[in-house]
Amino acid sequence: MSNPSNLKYTASHEWVRVEADGTVSVGITHHAQDLLGDMVFVESPAVGRKLKAGEECAVVESVKAAADVYAPIAGTVTAANSELDGAPEKINEDPYAAWMFRMAPDNVTDLNGLMDAVAYQAHVDSEAH
Amino acid sequence: MTTLKQTPLNAAHRAMGAKMVDFGGWDMPVNYGSQIDEHHQVRNDCGMFDVCHMRVVDAKGDGVRAFLRYLLANNADKLATPGRALYSAMLCPEGGVIDDLIIYFMSEQWFRIVVNAGTADKDIAWMKQQAAQHAPQLSITSRDDLAMVAVQGPNARAKVWQVLPQTRKATEGLINFQAADCGEYFVARTGYTGEDGFEVMLPKEKVETFWYELNKAGVKPIGLGARDTLRLEAGMNLYGQDMDESISPLEAGMAWTVDLNSERDFIGKAALLANPPTRKLVGLVLLDRGVLRGHQKVVTAQGEGEITSGSFSPTLEKSIALARVPSGVQVGDTVQVAIRDKMLAAQVVKYPFARNGKGLLNV
Repeated sequence: MSNPSNLKYTASHEWVRVEADGTVSVGITHHAQDLLGDMVFVESPAVGRKLKAGEECAVVESVKAAADVYAPIAGTVTAANSELDGAPEKINEDPYAAWMFRMAPDNVTDLNGLMDAVAYQAHVDSEAH
Repeated sequence: MTTLKQTPLNAAHRAMGAKMVDFGGWDMPVNYGSQIDEHHQVRNDCGMFDVCHMRVVDAKGDGVRAFLRYLLANNADKLATPGRALYSAMLCPEGGVIDDLIIYFMSEQWFRIVVNAGTADKDIAWMKQQAAQHAPQLSITSRDDLAMVAVQGPNARAKVWQVLPQTRKATEGLINFQAADCGEYFVARTGYTGEDGFEVMLPKEKVETFWYELNKAGVKPIGLGARDTLRLEAGMNLYGQDMDESISPLEAGMAWTVDLNSERDFIGKAALLANPPTRKLVGLVLLDRGVLRGHQKVVTAQGEGEITSGSFSPTLEKSIALARVPSGVQVGDTVQVAIRDKMLAAQVVKYPFARNGKGLLNV
Protein backbone atom coordinates (compact mmCIF):
# COMPACT_ATOMS: atom_id res chain seq x y z
CA MET A 1 0.00 0.00 0.00
CA SER A 2 1.41 3.42 -0.89
CA ASN A 3 1.29 6.27 1.57
CA PRO A 4 -1.20 8.97 0.51
CA SER A 5 0.58 12.09 -0.73
CA ASN A 6 -1.92 14.47 0.94
CA LEU A 7 -0.87 13.36 4.45
CA LYS A 8 2.01 14.27 6.72
CA TYR A 9 4.01 11.63 8.60
CA THR A 10 6.11 11.24 11.75
CA ALA A 11 9.23 9.16 12.33
CA SER A 12 7.19 7.20 14.93
CA HIS A 13 4.75 6.10 12.18
CA GLU A 14 1.74 8.34 12.76
CA TRP A 15 -0.03 9.97 9.83
CA VAL A 16 -1.63 13.42 10.06
CA ARG A 17 -4.39 14.88 7.90
CA VAL A 18 -5.52 18.51 7.95
CA GLU A 19 -9.31 18.70 8.02
CA ALA A 20 -11.51 21.46 6.56
CA ASP A 21 -12.23 22.85 10.03
CA GLY A 22 -8.54 23.34 10.80
CA THR A 23 -8.24 20.36 13.15
CA VAL A 24 -5.90 17.49 12.29
CA SER A 25 -6.72 13.78 12.32
CA VAL A 26 -4.09 11.32 13.53
CA GLY A 27 -3.76 7.61 12.83
CA ILE A 28 -1.01 5.01 12.40
CA THR A 29 0.52 4.18 9.06
CA HIS A 30 0.16 1.10 6.93
CA HIS A 31 3.72 0.18 7.82
CA ALA A 32 2.98 0.43 11.57
CA GLN A 33 -0.15 -1.74 11.40
CA ASP A 34 1.68 -4.24 9.22
CA LEU A 35 4.44 -4.59 11.79
CA LEU A 36 2.00 -4.99 14.67
CA GLY A 37 -0.44 -7.37 12.98
CA ASP A 38 -4.08 -7.96 13.94
CA MET A 39 -5.31 -5.10 16.12
CA VAL A 40 -7.42 -5.96 19.15
CA PHE A 41 -7.45 -2.83 21.31
CA VAL A 42 -7.27 0.93 20.88
CA GLU A 43 -7.09 3.56 23.61
CA SER A 44 -7.44 7.16 22.46
CA PRO A 45 -6.64 10.30 24.49
CA ALA A 46 -9.42 12.08 26.37
CA VAL A 47 -11.10 14.97 24.58
CA GLY A 48 -9.77 18.26 25.94
CA ARG A 49 -6.36 16.87 26.83
CA LYS A 50 -3.48 19.19 25.93
CA LEU A 51 -0.62 17.42 24.22
CA LYS A 52 3.00 18.33 23.65
CA ALA A 53 4.66 17.30 20.41
CA GLY A 54 6.04 13.77 20.82
CA GLU A 55 4.00 13.05 23.95
CA GLU A 56 2.66 9.49 24.43
CA CYS A 57 -1.07 9.92 24.12
CA ALA A 58 -2.69 6.74 22.78
CA VAL A 59 -2.12 3.01 22.65
CA VAL A 60 -2.77 0.39 20.02
CA GLU A 61 -2.49 -3.29 20.86
CA SER A 62 -2.33 -6.16 18.44
CA VAL A 63 -2.51 -9.82 19.44
CA LYS A 64 1.26 -9.69 19.41
CA ALA A 65 2.21 -6.43 21.13
CA ALA A 66 1.28 -3.04 22.53
CA ALA A 67 2.55 0.16 20.92
CA ASP A 68 2.40 3.78 22.01
CA VAL A 69 1.07 6.45 19.71
CA TYR A 70 2.65 9.90 19.98
CA ALA A 71 1.22 13.38 19.42
CA PRO A 72 2.65 14.54 16.09
CA ILE A 73 2.49 18.21 17.08
CA ALA A 74 1.36 20.24 20.10
CA GLY A 75 -2.37 20.85 20.47
CA THR A 76 -5.62 19.98 22.20
CA VAL A 77 -7.60 16.79 21.59
CA THR A 78 -11.01 17.62 20.06
CA ALA A 79 -12.35 14.13 19.25
CA ALA A 80 -11.63 10.43 19.58
CA ASN A 81 -12.82 7.85 17.07
CA SER A 82 -15.08 5.68 19.24
CA GLU A 83 -15.83 3.47 16.24
CA LEU A 84 -12.45 1.84 16.74
CA ASP A 85 -13.33 0.69 20.28
CA GLY A 86 -15.55 -2.08 18.97
CA ALA A 87 -13.69 -2.58 15.69
CA PRO A 88 -9.94 -2.08 16.09
CA GLU A 89 -9.41 -4.27 13.00
CA LYS A 90 -10.41 -1.23 10.91
CA ILE A 91 -6.83 -0.04 11.45
CA ASN A 92 -5.59 -3.13 9.62
CA GLU A 93 -8.24 -2.94 6.93
CA ASP A 94 -7.80 0.72 6.02
CA PRO A 95 -5.17 2.47 8.13
CA TYR A 96 -5.58 5.84 6.41
CA ALA A 97 -9.33 5.93 7.00
CA ALA A 98 -9.11 4.73 10.60
CA TRP A 99 -8.23 7.97 12.38
CA MET A 100 -7.69 7.58 16.13
CA PHE A 101 -8.10 11.14 17.39
CA ARG A 102 -8.35 14.73 16.21
CA MET A 103 -6.57 17.72 17.66
CA ALA A 104 -6.61 21.51 17.32
CA PRO A 105 -2.98 22.47 16.67
CA ASP A 106 -1.41 25.13 18.89
CA ASN A 107 0.46 26.34 15.88
CA VAL A 108 -0.51 25.12 12.43
CA THR A 109 2.95 25.81 11.02
CA ASP A 110 4.26 22.97 13.24
CA LEU A 111 2.96 20.68 10.50
CA ASN A 112 5.80 21.88 8.29
CA GLY A 113 8.20 19.99 10.53
CA LEU A 114 6.61 16.64 9.61
CA MET A 115 7.57 14.38 6.69
CA ASP A 116 5.77 14.14 3.37
CA ALA A 117 4.96 10.75 1.83
CA VAL A 118 8.24 10.49 -0.07
CA ALA A 119 10.38 11.34 2.95
CA TYR A 120 8.36 8.93 5.11
CA GLN A 121 8.84 6.08 2.64
CA ALA A 122 12.58 6.72 2.68
CA HIS A 123 12.43 6.63 6.50
CA VAL A 124 10.60 3.26 6.45
CA ASP A 125 13.10 1.87 3.95
CA SER A 126 16.02 3.03 6.08
CA GLU A 127 14.57 1.32 9.17
CA ALA A 128 14.27 -1.95 7.26
CA HIS A 129 18.03 -2.11 6.67
CA MET B 1 25.01 -9.50 13.95
CA THR B 2 24.57 -13.17 14.66
CA THR B 3 23.22 -15.42 11.95
CA LEU B 4 19.84 -16.90 12.71
CA LYS B 5 19.40 -20.64 12.50
CA GLN B 6 17.08 -21.88 9.78
CA THR B 7 14.85 -24.92 9.60
CA PRO B 8 14.67 -26.91 6.33
CA LEU B 9 11.35 -25.13 5.67
CA ASN B 10 12.81 -21.61 5.65
CA ALA B 11 12.54 -21.16 1.88
CA ALA B 12 8.99 -22.57 1.91
CA HIS B 13 7.91 -20.02 4.54
CA ARG B 14 9.26 -17.15 2.48
CA ALA B 15 7.62 -18.53 -0.66
CA MET B 16 4.31 -18.68 1.23
CA GLY B 17 4.56 -15.04 2.26
CA ALA B 18 5.53 -15.48 5.90
CA LYS B 19 6.62 -12.62 8.08
CA MET B 20 9.81 -13.96 9.66
CA VAL B 21 11.06 -13.13 13.16
CA ASP B 22 13.97 -14.01 15.41
CA PHE B 23 12.54 -16.65 17.75
CA GLY B 24 15.24 -17.59 20.25
CA GLY B 25 17.91 -17.49 17.57
CA TRP B 26 15.76 -19.19 14.90
CA ASP B 27 14.45 -17.45 11.82
CA MET B 28 10.78 -18.49 12.10
CA PRO B 29 7.41 -17.49 10.60
CA VAL B 30 5.27 -15.41 12.97
CA ASN B 31 2.35 -15.32 10.52
CA TYR B 32 1.54 -15.61 6.83
CA GLY B 33 -1.05 -12.81 6.90
CA SER B 34 -3.58 -12.60 9.72
CA GLN B 35 -2.63 -14.33 12.95
CA ILE B 36 -6.27 -14.36 14.07
CA ASP B 37 -7.39 -16.06 10.84
CA GLU B 38 -4.68 -18.67 11.33
CA HIS B 39 -5.87 -19.28 14.88
CA HIS B 40 -9.47 -19.91 13.74
CA GLN B 41 -8.19 -22.04 10.88
CA VAL B 42 -6.71 -24.50 13.39
CA ARG B 43 -9.72 -24.49 15.73
CA ASN B 44 -12.20 -24.99 12.87
CA ASP B 45 -10.36 -26.97 10.19
CA CYS B 46 -6.63 -27.62 10.33
CA GLY B 47 -3.26 -26.02 9.91
CA MET B 48 0.41 -27.00 9.88
CA PHE B 49 3.30 -25.74 11.97
CA ASP B 50 7.01 -25.88 11.35
CA VAL B 51 8.36 -27.27 14.61
CA CYS B 52 11.69 -28.41 13.18
CA HIS B 53 13.44 -26.19 15.72
CA MET B 54 12.30 -28.51 18.49
CA ARG B 55 14.67 -31.40 19.19
CA VAL B 56 14.07 -35.12 19.06
CA VAL B 57 16.26 -37.16 21.40
CA ASP B 58 16.43 -40.94 21.44
CA ALA B 59 17.37 -42.70 24.67
CA LYS B 60 18.28 -46.31 23.94
CA GLY B 61 19.62 -49.28 25.82
CA ASP B 62 18.96 -51.62 28.73
CA GLY B 63 17.35 -49.92 31.69
CA VAL B 64 16.15 -46.82 29.85
CA ARG B 65 12.85 -46.86 31.75
CA ALA B 66 14.60 -46.99 35.11
CA PHE B 67 16.78 -44.06 34.07
CA LEU B 68 13.77 -41.93 33.04
CA ARG B 69 12.00 -42.89 36.27
CA TYR B 70 14.83 -41.11 38.09
CA LEU B 71 15.43 -38.29 35.56
CA LEU B 72 11.83 -37.01 35.28
CA ALA B 73 9.21 -35.69 37.70
CA ASN B 74 6.43 -37.65 36.06
CA ASN B 75 6.58 -41.42 36.36
CA ALA B 76 7.69 -43.34 33.27
CA ASP B 77 6.00 -46.38 34.81
CA LYS B 78 2.66 -44.87 33.75
CA LEU B 79 3.60 -45.92 30.21
CA ALA B 80 2.55 -49.56 29.78
CA THR B 81 1.57 -49.78 26.11
CA PRO B 82 4.17 -49.24 23.38
CA GLY B 83 3.67 -45.90 21.67
CA ARG B 84 2.12 -44.23 24.69
CA ALA B 85 3.39 -40.75 25.53
CA LEU B 86 3.76 -38.80 28.75
CA TYR B 87 4.19 -35.09 29.45
CA SER B 88 6.74 -34.37 32.16
CA ALA B 89 8.95 -31.78 33.74
CA MET B 90 12.67 -32.42 34.02
CA LEU B 91 13.81 -30.83 37.27
CA CYS B 92 17.11 -29.62 38.62
CA PRO B 93 18.09 -30.85 42.12
CA GLU B 94 16.80 -27.53 43.56
CA GLY B 95 13.33 -28.37 42.18
CA GLY B 96 13.14 -25.84 39.32
CA VAL B 97 12.10 -26.81 35.82
CA ILE B 98 14.98 -27.46 33.39
CA ASP B 99 12.45 -28.15 30.64
CA ASP B 100 9.04 -29.61 29.94
CA LEU B 101 9.01 -32.43 27.45
CA ILE B 102 7.16 -35.41 26.04
CA ILE B 103 8.49 -38.95 26.26
CA TYR B 104 7.27 -41.73 23.97
CA PHE B 105 7.64 -45.32 25.17
CA MET B 106 8.54 -47.34 22.07
CA SER B 107 10.14 -50.39 23.71
CA GLU B 108 12.08 -51.31 26.85
CA GLN B 109 15.16 -50.47 24.77
CA TRP B 110 13.94 -47.20 23.28
CA PHE B 111 12.20 -44.07 24.57
CA ARG B 112 11.91 -41.04 22.33
CA ILE B 113 12.01 -37.60 23.97
CA VAL B 114 10.96 -34.29 22.39
CA VAL B 115 12.31 -31.15 24.03
CA ASN B 116 12.00 -27.40 23.49
CA ALA B 117 14.20 -25.61 20.96
CA GLY B 118 15.72 -23.03 23.29
CA THR B 119 16.66 -25.57 25.96
CA ALA B 120 17.70 -28.49 23.74
CA ASP B 121 21.48 -28.23 24.16
CA LYS B 122 21.22 -27.72 27.91
CA ASP B 123 18.73 -30.61 28.21
CA ILE B 124 20.90 -33.04 26.28
CA ALA B 125 24.00 -32.10 28.28
CA TRP B 126 22.03 -32.72 31.49
CA MET B 127 20.63 -36.04 30.29
CA LYS B 128 24.09 -37.21 29.25
CA GLN B 129 25.62 -36.12 32.53
CA GLN B 130 22.95 -37.98 34.50
CA ALA B 131 23.22 -41.04 32.26
CA ALA B 132 26.99 -41.12 32.71
CA GLN B 133 26.44 -41.36 36.48
CA HIS B 134 23.39 -43.56 36.70
CA ALA B 135 23.06 -45.49 33.44
CA PRO B 136 26.33 -45.39 31.49
CA GLN B 137 25.12 -48.19 29.20
CA LEU B 138 22.53 -45.88 27.59
CA SER B 139 22.97 -43.93 24.41
CA ILE B 140 21.42 -40.45 24.36
CA THR B 141 21.27 -39.27 20.76
CA SER B 142 20.14 -35.89 19.46
CA ARG B 143 18.30 -36.69 16.22
CA ASP B 144 19.54 -33.74 14.20
CA ASP B 145 18.68 -35.74 11.08
CA LEU B 146 14.94 -35.44 11.82
CA ALA B 147 12.46 -32.69 11.06
CA MET B 148 9.07 -32.21 12.69
CA VAL B 149 5.77 -30.81 11.45
CA ALA B 150 2.64 -30.46 13.61
CA VAL B 151 -0.68 -30.81 11.77
CA GLN B 152 -3.45 -29.69 14.09
CA GLY B 153 -7.21 -29.22 13.96
CA PRO B 154 -10.35 -31.35 13.65
CA ASN B 155 -9.46 -32.34 10.05
CA ALA B 156 -5.73 -32.75 10.63
CA ARG B 157 -5.52 -36.53 10.79
CA ALA B 158 -7.53 -37.02 7.62
CA LYS B 159 -5.22 -34.63 5.76
CA VAL B 160 -2.10 -36.44 6.98
CA TRP B 161 -3.57 -39.75 5.80
CA GLN B 162 -4.33 -38.20 2.42
CA VAL B 163 -0.67 -37.23 2.04
CA LEU B 164 0.86 -40.26 3.79
CA PRO B 165 -1.61 -43.09 3.07
CA GLN B 166 1.04 -45.66 4.01
CA THR B 167 0.86 -44.49 7.65
CA ARG B 168 -2.90 -44.76 7.96
CA LYS B 169 -3.16 -48.35 9.08
CA ALA B 170 -0.64 -47.91 11.88
CA THR B 171 -2.01 -44.56 13.08
CA GLU B 172 -5.78 -44.93 12.75
CA GLY B 173 -6.10 -46.58 16.12
CA LEU B 174 -3.85 -44.17 18.01
CA ILE B 175 -5.46 -42.59 21.03
CA ASN B 176 -4.52 -39.15 22.30
CA PHE B 177 -0.88 -39.20 23.50
CA GLN B 178 0.15 -42.24 21.51
CA ALA B 179 2.57 -42.59 18.61
CA ALA B 180 3.42 -45.10 15.90
CA ASP B 181 6.79 -45.67 14.31
CA CYS B 182 6.01 -46.04 10.60
CA GLY B 183 9.54 -46.44 9.30
CA GLU B 184 10.61 -43.07 7.95
CA TYR B 185 7.62 -41.38 9.50
CA PHE B 186 7.07 -41.25 13.24
CA VAL B 187 3.49 -40.14 13.79
CA ALA B 188 2.26 -39.01 17.22
CA ARG B 189 -1.22 -37.95 18.23
CA THR B 190 0.07 -35.03 20.25
CA GLY B 191 0.24 -31.27 19.86
CA TYR B 192 0.32 -27.84 21.41
CA THR B 193 -3.01 -26.35 20.36
CA GLY B 194 -5.79 -28.09 22.28
CA GLU B 195 -7.01 -29.63 19.03
CA ASP B 196 -6.81 -33.13 17.63
CA GLY B 197 -3.96 -33.80 15.25
CA PHE B 198 -0.58 -35.32 14.66
CA GLU B 199 3.02 -34.36 15.15
CA VAL B 200 5.04 -36.01 12.40
CA MET B 201 8.78 -36.61 12.65
CA LEU B 202 10.51 -37.45 9.40
CA PRO B 203 13.91 -37.24 7.66
CA LYS B 204 14.97 -33.63 7.12
CA GLU B 205 15.37 -34.06 3.39
CA LYS B 206 11.71 -35.12 3.06
CA VAL B 207 10.10 -32.34 5.06
CA GLU B 208 9.81 -29.71 2.35
CA THR B 209 7.96 -32.12 0.05
CA PHE B 210 5.70 -33.16 2.93
CA TRP B 211 4.95 -29.49 3.70
CA TYR B 212 4.02 -28.67 0.12
CA GLU B 213 1.96 -31.86 -0.24
CA LEU B 214 -0.03 -30.96 2.87
CA ASN B 215 -0.54 -27.47 1.49
CA LYS B 216 -1.77 -28.94 -1.79
CA ALA B 217 -4.24 -31.01 0.24
CA GLY B 218 -5.63 -27.79 1.69
CA VAL B 219 -3.65 -27.50 4.94
CA LYS B 220 -2.69 -23.89 5.59
CA PRO B 221 0.61 -22.87 7.19
CA ILE B 222 0.28 -21.38 10.69
CA GLY B 223 2.86 -19.10 12.30
CA LEU B 224 4.23 -18.86 15.80
CA GLY B 225 1.82 -16.02 16.60
CA ALA B 226 -1.24 -18.26 16.36
CA ARG B 227 0.71 -21.12 17.96
CA ASP B 228 1.04 -18.95 21.06
CA THR B 229 -2.64 -17.95 21.29
CA LEU B 230 -3.74 -21.54 20.62
CA ARG B 231 -1.55 -22.98 23.37
CA LEU B 232 -2.56 -20.22 25.78
CA GLU B 233 -6.27 -20.88 25.18
CA ALA B 234 -5.54 -24.59 25.66
CA GLY B 235 -3.91 -23.77 29.02
CA MET B 236 -0.52 -25.14 28.02
CA ASN B 237 2.63 -23.73 29.56
CA LEU B 238 5.36 -22.07 27.55
CA TYR B 239 8.85 -22.77 28.86
CA GLY B 240 10.76 -19.61 29.75
CA GLN B 241 7.53 -17.71 30.27
CA ASP B 242 5.31 -19.73 32.60
CA MET B 243 8.16 -21.64 34.23
CA ASP B 244 11.94 -21.98 34.23
CA GLU B 245 14.72 -23.23 36.49
CA SER B 246 13.76 -20.78 39.24
CA ILE B 247 10.14 -22.02 39.40
CA SER B 248 8.76 -25.15 41.05
CA PRO B 249 6.43 -27.17 38.80
CA LEU B 250 3.99 -27.07 41.73
CA GLU B 251 3.77 -23.28 41.26
CA ALA B 252 3.45 -23.57 37.49
CA GLY B 253 0.23 -25.55 37.12
CA MET B 254 2.19 -28.77 36.66
CA ALA B 255 1.32 -30.58 39.89
CA TRP B 256 -0.72 -33.09 37.87
CA THR B 257 2.49 -34.16 36.14
CA VAL B 258 4.52 -34.54 39.31
CA ASP B 259 4.24 -37.86 41.04
CA LEU B 260 5.06 -37.30 44.72
CA ASN B 261 3.05 -40.20 46.10
CA SER B 262 5.05 -43.19 45.03
CA GLU B 263 8.21 -44.44 46.72
CA ARG B 264 10.12 -43.56 43.59
CA ASP B 265 12.99 -41.07 43.98
CA PHE B 266 13.63 -38.57 41.20
CA ILE B 267 15.82 -35.53 40.68
CA GLY B 268 14.24 -32.56 42.45
CA LYS B 269 11.85 -34.60 44.60
CA ALA B 270 13.52 -33.78 47.92
CA ALA B 271 13.46 -30.07 47.09
CA LEU B 272 9.76 -30.19 46.21
CA LEU B 273 8.91 -31.96 49.47
CA ALA B 274 10.99 -29.50 51.47
CA ASN B 275 9.40 -26.45 49.82
CA PRO B 276 5.63 -26.73 49.64
CA PRO B 277 4.13 -24.29 47.14
CA THR B 278 2.97 -20.85 48.31
CA ARG B 279 1.83 -19.70 44.87
CA LYS B 280 -0.13 -21.26 42.06
CA LEU B 281 -0.87 -20.72 38.41
CA VAL B 282 -4.43 -19.55 37.62
CA GLY B 283 -6.34 -18.39 34.59
CA LEU B 284 -7.45 -14.77 34.27
CA VAL B 285 -10.02 -13.14 32.05
CA LEU B 286 -9.92 -9.36 31.74
CA LEU B 287 -13.27 -7.79 32.58
CA ASP B 288 -12.26 -4.26 31.51
CA ARG B 289 -11.04 -3.26 28.06
CA GLY B 290 -7.37 -3.88 27.31
CA VAL B 291 -4.92 -6.71 26.80
CA LEU B 292 -3.22 -8.78 29.49
CA ARG B 293 0.51 -9.35 28.88
CA GLY B 294 3.34 -11.23 30.55
CA HIS B 295 4.97 -9.50 33.57
CA GLN B 296 1.98 -7.32 34.42
CA LYS B 297 1.46 -7.10 38.19
CA VAL B 298 -1.62 -8.78 39.66
CA VAL B 299 -3.04 -7.45 42.95
CA THR B 300 -5.19 -9.85 44.97
CA ALA B 301 -6.65 -9.83 48.48
CA GLN B 302 -3.98 -12.40 49.39
CA GLY B 303 -1.04 -10.43 47.99
CA GLU B 304 0.63 -9.71 44.69
CA GLY B 305 1.23 -11.97 41.75
CA GLU B 306 2.33 -11.68 38.16
CA ILE B 307 1.03 -12.57 34.72
CA THR B 308 3.27 -15.17 33.09
CA SER B 309 1.52 -15.32 29.69
CA GLY B 310 -1.19 -13.01 28.43
CA SER B 311 -2.78 -12.21 25.10
CA PHE B 312 -6.03 -11.76 23.27
CA SER B 313 -8.08 -14.94 22.84
CA PRO B 314 -9.48 -15.07 19.31
CA THR B 315 -11.92 -17.82 20.32
CA LEU B 316 -13.36 -15.94 23.31
CA GLU B 317 -12.74 -12.45 21.92
CA LYS B 318 -11.50 -11.44 25.35
CA SER B 319 -8.09 -10.98 26.85
CA ILE B 320 -6.87 -14.00 28.83
CA ALA B 321 -3.78 -14.84 30.83
CA LEU B 322 -1.99 -17.31 33.03
CA ALA B 323 -0.82 -15.71 36.27
CA ARG B 324 1.19 -16.86 39.26
CA VAL B 325 -0.61 -15.69 42.41
CA PRO B 326 -0.67 -16.51 46.15
CA SER B 327 -2.14 -19.97 46.81
CA GLY B 328 -5.18 -18.57 48.63
CA VAL B 329 -6.62 -16.95 45.49
CA GLN B 330 -9.73 -18.82 44.34
CA VAL B 331 -11.59 -19.29 41.08
CA GLY B 332 -14.27 -16.60 40.91
CA ASP B 333 -12.19 -13.97 42.72
CA THR B 334 -11.84 -10.56 41.10
CA VAL B 335 -8.28 -9.25 41.01
CA GLN B 336 -6.65 -6.06 39.71
CA VAL B 337 -4.04 -6.02 36.97
CA ALA B 338 -1.66 -3.08 36.48
CA ILE B 339 -1.76 -2.15 32.78
CA ARG B 340 0.30 0.97 32.10
CA ASP B 341 -1.06 3.63 34.48
CA LYS B 342 -4.34 1.84 35.29
CA MET B 343 -5.59 -0.94 37.54
CA LEU B 344 -8.04 -3.08 35.57
CA ALA B 345 -10.37 -5.80 36.87
CA ALA B 346 -9.88 -9.44 35.92
CA GLN B 347 -11.62 -12.59 37.07
CA VAL B 348 -9.84 -15.73 38.22
CA VAL B 349 -11.06 -18.67 36.14
CA LYS B 350 -10.39 -22.33 35.59
CA TYR B 351 -8.37 -23.06 32.49
CA PRO B 352 -8.10 -24.33 29.69
CA PHE B 353 -9.96 -21.44 28.12
CA ALA B 354 -10.74 -23.28 24.88
CA ARG B 355 -10.25 -26.69 23.35
CA ASN B 356 -11.58 -28.74 20.46
CA GLY B 357 -13.00 -25.75 18.64
CA LYS B 358 -14.92 -24.37 21.60
CA GLY B 359 -14.54 -21.73 24.26
CA LEU B 360 -14.89 -23.21 27.75
CA LEU B 361 -15.47 -20.06 29.68
CA ASN B 362 -18.40 -18.97 31.78
CA VAL B 363 -17.73 -15.38 32.84
